[in-house]
Amino acid sequence: MRHHIIDMGEAQGQGYVGQALGVTDLLAAVYRDQLRYHPEDPHWPGRDRFLLSIGHYAIALYAALAEAGVLEVEELATYGADESRLPMSGMASYTPGMEISGGSLGHGLPVAVGMALGLRHRGNDALVYNFLSDGELNEGATWEAAMGAAHHGLGNLVAVVDINALQADGPTASVLSVDALVEKWQAFGWHAVRVDGNDIAELLHAFDRLRDCEERQPRVLLCDTTIGKGVPLLENRERAHFMRVDEHEWQIAREQLDGSAR
Amino acid sequence: MTKKRLTTSAMIASFAEEGQRTTAAPFGHALSGLAAQRDEIVGLTADLGKYTDMHIFAESFPARYYQMGMAEQLLFGAAAGMAEVGLVPFASTYSVFATRRAYDSLCLDIAEPGLNVNIVGGLPGLTTGYGPSHQATEDLAILRGVPGLTIVDPCDSVDIEQAVPALADSAGPTYLRLLRGKVPTVLDEYDYRFELGKAAELRSGGDVVLVSSGLMTMRALDAAQKLAEHRVDTAVVHCPTIKPLDTETILRVADSGRMLATLENHSVVGGLAESVASTLVTNNATRGVVPIGLPDEFLAAGALPTLHDRYGLSTDRIVKRVLEELG
Repeated sequence: MRHHIIDMGEAQGQGYVGQALGVTDLLAAVYRDQLRYHPEDPHWPGRDRFLLSIGHYAIALYAALAEAGVLEVEELATYGADESRLPMSGMASYTPGMEISGGSLGHGLPVAVGMALGLRHRGNDALVYNFLSDGELNEGATWEAAMGAAHHGLGNLVAVVDINALQADGPTASVLSVDALVEKWQAFGWHAVRVDGNDIAELLHAFDRLRDCEERQPRVLLCDTTIGKGVPLLENRERAHFMRVDEHEWQIAREQLDGSAR
Repeated sequence: MTKKRLTTSAMIASFAEEGQRTTAAPFGHALSGLAAQRDEIVGLTADLGKYTDMHIFAESFPARYYQMGMAEQLLFGAAAGMAEVGLVPFASTYSVFATRRAYDSLCLDIAEPGLNVNIVGGLPGLTTGYGPSHQATEDLAILRGVPGLTIVDPCDSVDIEQAVPALADSAGPTYLRLLRGKVPTVLDEYDYRFELGKAAELRSGGDVVLVSSGLMTMRALDAAQKLAEHRVDTAVVHCPTIKPLDTETILRVADSGRMLATLENHSVVGGLAESVASTLVTNNATRGVVPIGLPDEFLAAGALPTLHDRYGLSTDRIVKRVLEELG
């Protein structure tokens, strides 16, 4: 997946490559171990829904969808190009496996609440996952939805939060602090678990632990991730939110990735 | 006997004239009637069930009623999510909150994917004396720009009863300007049926044509009667669908020397008047339109009859304005 991300990033010469590398382990855990879906039938009604609230992370989800067999790997080469089904920000109408058009932050969790309510209403036991970022916790709509999910007892809803501690204007701590996250979610009535989002074993264990809560309680997995994970050159870059990568650096990134994999 | 002192008309205010026939909660009853036939109809509200007549539906179908609390972004996001899994939601709040507060949710969660979510906005235009926090005098101006959104401004209980199933049947998103509580019943006296996207000529006349939407249609009908006493022969064309506008009918009725006026319970900026004007101009039917509507101002608080008269929506003010324009 990380190779796909580097390849797509190079094709466009830019993008949210750092965040994407940071959440690769998380998406791998979700698509390999957690989600129920039929890759050949992305609209199968029984599928678990995975909502990419953070539309700008689309580059990461495309890589995951390719590995999951929903997209052909060759199609990733069209990322961000005119007429491509893979726009830089995730759009449901463009891409198989993309459940919503995210991008305006704070929208995902409210929609996820409606899907979870609607699926339960229809007797469908599929789960709804909403993937959001720590920056989205600035948005009031997220907390409206957090309240609503607990109020309606949505045990079929799982929020997954990427905590990379960085947003557009700088470190989250300097933009708008979102401290005491586990306590915040718990106070909103959720079952909350915080983990290292780059440790696959810990992630898998954490997803399993999410089932240890009350049946009608929504659950949230708070994942600390490292921007640029797997590529030291990018991990240590300042101004990592919208990453500028020089032309010659893509190959270095690729080599570092191969090195770290060994 | 001293004259009854008028008090501020708040959220339960009625704009029905004294002695006018009314029907209680037509939206709530229409939605319940529809839900009895269609399992996928669900109702949502944002702490305004009782004030948007949604409580009628809630009593009939408690398992299909979802209270979202005072959280309009959640209301629209959740309605979108429900529509994504095959339900047909009606989501109610006040028009001001639907438009000003939750516009991004309405736009991106509901309209962009083209979902069949039906938004029901209470207190449209000037139907409360509570002041600008609750007066949605610019809801049409805000929403007309949303691609694919159908906008309906019904006149009375007859319109609402017939519009509700039509909105559910229309595949994309809709916005209904809700008249709530004891809603006047007027259009049953005319040979009229609500048809989505269509305007209806309720009355013909050779001197003036009034194109009206919403509650202003009943005022237009009253004004036409009074204008007859001044020997002014007035046609009334009711245009309940603001978007898409029935351009064919507009162009037809504008194709004469008659004075053309629009009447709307909305600011003269961005609503029916500008819709009609732009239809005329873009179809090379350049001519003048007299825009009768609310001024481009934040309005005062007070009693509704006082405010309607002050801001030009009362029948007397309409008659006066038409006579002035005729010179």
